[in-house]
Amino acid sequence: MPSIKELAKRESRFVSGHRLCAGCGAGIIMRLVLLAIDKPVIASCATGCVEVASTIFPYSSWKIPWIHSAFENSASTISGIEAAYRVFKRERKIDKDIVFVAFGGDGGTHDIGFQALSGAAERNHNVLYICYNNQAYMNTGVQRSGATPKFAHTTTSPVGKKIPGKIEWQKNLGEIMVAHNIPYVATAIPGRWNDLINKVEKAIKIEGFKYIEVLSPCRLGWPHEPELTMEISRIAVETCVWPLYEVEFGKYKLNYKPKEKKPVSEWFRLQGRFRHLLLPENVKLAEEIQKEVDRRWEELLKKCES
Amino acid sequence: MEKKLTWKELPIGDILEGGSSLKFKTGNWRSKIPVHIPEKCINCFICWISCPDDAIIVDAEKGKWSSFNYDYCKGCGICAYECPKKAIEMREEIEK
Repeated sequence: MPSIKELAKRESRFVSGHRLCAGCGAGIIMRLVLLAIDKPVIASCATGCVEVASTIFPYSSWKIPWIHSAFENSASTISGIEAAYRVFKRERKIDKDIVFVAFGGDGGTHDIGFQALSGAAERNHNVLYICYNNQAYMNTGVQRSGATPKFAHTTTSPVGKKIPGKIEWQKNLGEIMVAHNIPYVATAIPGRWNDLINKVEKAIKIEGFKYIEVLSPCRLGWPHEPELTMEISRIAVETCVWPLYEVEFGKYKLNYKPKEKKPVSEWFRLQGRFRHLLLPENVKLAEEIQKEVDRRWEELLKKCES
Repeated sequence: MEKKLTWKELPIGDILEGGSSLKFKTGNWRSKIPVHIPEKCINCFICWISCPDDAIIVDAEKGKWSSFNYDYCKGCGICAYECPKKAIEMREEIEK
């Protein structure tokens, strides 16, 4: 990985003036991903916070060829572009080395864009898919998604007398992508930016479909203090709620093991959507989450050891 | 703030100029303002890499921190929080 000072010499390709919230995790992720790539990039983007905030007509924050067509098809749009590029290359109409990146939020990846993603992975296009996962439909007003964690408060799974927040578990899309047998799957957070940059750098060198899921703290929907964006993502890793791992050609590797695994209450503490889990009457709910986090963590450790 | 275009002046179709959002200043969103304390700064650039708005200007050639770009800084305070030397302070912004 180039040092931070070498990265600073690169041109910023996700520029200021976008209208993401102050302290938005996705803004950091977009900048980091594009900084990590030192080649020409073509990107597609699913509908979502980033698309809505970075390309408000007539402005664009992208200094690269960038396309949005619909919510569900970020992966298939980039597949088409990549396929066309391969034809042009074969016919010697183009000789540039171009990196293809698809961006999608958790809604545009886990739910609405899932079949397009699965298809692109199955066809093994030479594409890097970045999912910035803020764990709900944030730009439309915080509705639950397939990635919303259990017992999180959203406007469509409100905490009250009937339910204690979302009652279902979140999808583990990383594992689903591993099951597609694609060459590279990884998780990342903005708070460990060197890890994220390393993973993007590694991914673009691999031929085939690559999937990186980045936890994107959302100060509006989680909600948390805006200055804590990076810190909260690190707490997710320290509590093993969001383990950092990569799977290269089916081989698991743990990228970071917390020295001391923190209790999940540390993760709940800073976020409004989990505030109810800290109440004495909800101890059982918090324990349920802790148990599942522990189970998934142990399972992951086993996979990484074998 | 840039003047809004009328419908006659808008570009045809939905092809936008790359990086044109620079014409849209987001600095007026801010309620707190980051202030740099040069004596404490070690030019590690962690604030620069942590900024969601690309609103910190660094001199990459000299390896030195330069300035905040207050035209775009939304005052989220991530830079101040992440700074390992506490060389950035968030202060209440007082209108001049």
